[in-house]
Amino acid sequence: MILQPKAQIMDKEAIDRALRRIAHEIVEKNKGTEDVMLIGIRRRGVPLAERLRAHIREVEGSEPPLGVLDITLYRDDLTTRSDAPQVHRTEIPESVRGKKVVLCDDVLYTGRTVRAAMDAIMDLGRPKAIQLAVLVDRGHRELPIRADYVGKNVPTSGREVIEVKFRETDDEEDKVLIVEKVED
Amino acid sequence: MGLRRKDILTLEDMDVEEMTTVLDTAESLKEILSRDIKKVPTLRGKSVLTLFYEASTRTRTSFELAGKYMSADTVNIATTTSAVVKGETLKDTAWNVEAMGIDCIVMRHPVAGAPHFLARLCQASVINAGDGMHEHPTQGLLDMFSIRERKGRLVGLKVAIIGDILHSRVARSDIWGLGKMGAEVWVAGPPTLVPPEVERMGPAFGGRLRATHRVDEAIEGADVVMVLRLQLERQKKGLFPSIREYSRVFGVNRARLALAKDDFILMHPGPMNRGVEIASDVADADYSVILEQVTNGVAVRMAILYLLLGGSESPVQAVAGPSGGGPTGARGPGGGGDQR
Repeated sequence: MILQPKAQIMDKEAIDRALRRIAHEIVEKNKGTEDVMLIGIRRRGVPLAERLRAHIREVEGSEPPLGVLDITLYRDDLTTRSDAPQVHRTEIPESVRGKKVVLCDDVLYTGRTVRAAMDAIMDLGRPKAIQLAVLVDRGHRELPIRADYVGKNVPTSGREVIEVKFRETDDEEDKVLIVEKVED
Repeated sequence: MGLRRKDILTLEDMDVEEMTTVLDTAESLKEILSRDIKKVPTLRGKSVLTLFYEASTRTRTSFELAGKYMSADTVNIATTTSAVVKGETLKDTAWNVEAMGIDCIVMRHPVAGAPHFLARLCQASVINAGDGMHEHPTQGLLDMFSIRERKGRLVGLKVAIIGDILHSRVARSDIWGLGKMGAEVWVAGPPTLVPPEVERMGPAFGGRLRATHRVDEAIEGADVVMVLRLQLERQKKGLFPSIREYSRVFGVNRARLALAKDDFILMHPGPMNRGVEIASDVADADYSVILEQVTNGVAVRMAILYLLLGGSESPVQAVAGPSGGGPTGARGPGGGGDQR
C-alpha cells in the first residue's frame, strides 16, 4: 500500500491564521490566561502548543505554562501491537491541580489519543477542566469526544489520511495535506 | 522498538542497540518516580513473579515496585518459605507458577545458568536477577544508566571496578555492558580475587579492558570508581589473609579517591560492608551516587518489564500454551501512525 498526495488543504498562512483565531478563542473562553496550561501531545501537538502560546502572549501580554505529554504508556493498543512502541519523556512544568488544561494535537480522528491523554493528565493530578485544541478535525470518532477549538473541519473517507507538516518536527514548510491510501 | 527477545539473561548476549533501547526507555520512565501518583496503567493484566533462591532486599523490592508502578500484578516467592524446602525442583516450581498464568519470572539463583535453564523451560519471560557468580544484567544496565545520566556518555570514560571481581556477577555484567558501550574498564583487586578470564576477555574489547592488582593504578584519572562488595559469604579460606589487611591494601578511601578525576563519581551495587571495601565517609560524600543507583534501578527495571511485556507478540502471548484461553490476538491492520 502506498500513500498518494491528493490535495493540500492548508498552507503556512492558513495554519497561522487558524492558530491565531484559536489563541483568541482560548483567551475568550477562559477569560484570560489565569490557571490555563497548554499541554502538547507528542509529537506534533508540541509545536502546535508552542505556537498557540506565542499567539496568546501577543494577545494578552502574558503566557500560560506549557507541558509536553507522551501518551505511549496509556495507549489502548499496546496488546495488539507486535512490539512495545518507543516511550518518550513527559514534561509537565508544574502541577495540573486546579488548572484549566488545554490539550493540543494536530489531528483529531478516532479520539483514542485524546482518551489516552486525558487518562495521563488525570494520573498527574486533578485539573479544573480539560479542553481540546486541534488543527484539523477529520471526523470518524470512535469515542464520545469533541474538540473545543478546531482549526479546520475536514470531511474525509476512511481511505484518506491527513498529513500535517511542521517546520519544527518535519523540516518542511508548514502545510496540511490529504493523502490517499492506494493499493499497489 | 521493543526488545526482540523473550528473556534477559546476560549482557554478554545483548548488543549495543538493545542496551541503548533499555537506557533510553528508562530515561523516559524515570519521571514517573517523581510523581505524586506513581502509577501508569501500561502493564495492566500482566503478572510478574519474583522467585529468589538467595537473599535480596534491593533487587527484589526494586522489581516488585517497578512492576507495581507499571500496574502489573507482582507476587513473590522467597524459597525459604515455599515448597522448595519440601524438595520441589526448579522445573516443577516453574511449571506450577506458569500454570497460574505468570507472564514474567524474575529469578535469582545460586547456580550460574539456572535462569537459562528456566528460560528454555517456560513460555514466560525470564529475567536474570543474579545467577551464582555469573551475571546480574539489570544491575549492569542500571550502573550504565547512572553513569550515562551523570556523564552524558559512556564512550571513552575510564571506569575502575575495585574489589572482589572473582565472586562478583555485578562485575561480569558491568564489564560486558560498559565494554561494549565503549568505556575503558579497569578491574583491580587482590590477585586471588581477579580471575584470569578477565585478561582473556581483554582482546574482545580492543584493549579497553585492563586488569591490575594495584588499586591506585586503576583509580588514577578515573571518571567512575565502582567498589564491589567483599562477598564474605562466598570466600573460601586463604584468598586473603584478613579482612583488616584487605581493607588496608584494597579498601577505597578518601586518600585513594584523590587520584581520580576531579568530577569522578563513586558507585557501589550494595549492600556495603562499610569500613571493609569502602570507607564509611566516602560512601556518603557528594561524589557518591550510591543511592541514585537504587532509584535508577527502579526506572531501568520498569523499562525492561515494559520492553518485554509491552507488546502482544512477545512470546508470552504468542505461544498461548495448552491451557488456551487468553485474549484472542485480534490484530488490527497495524498502527495508523499518529492519527488515532
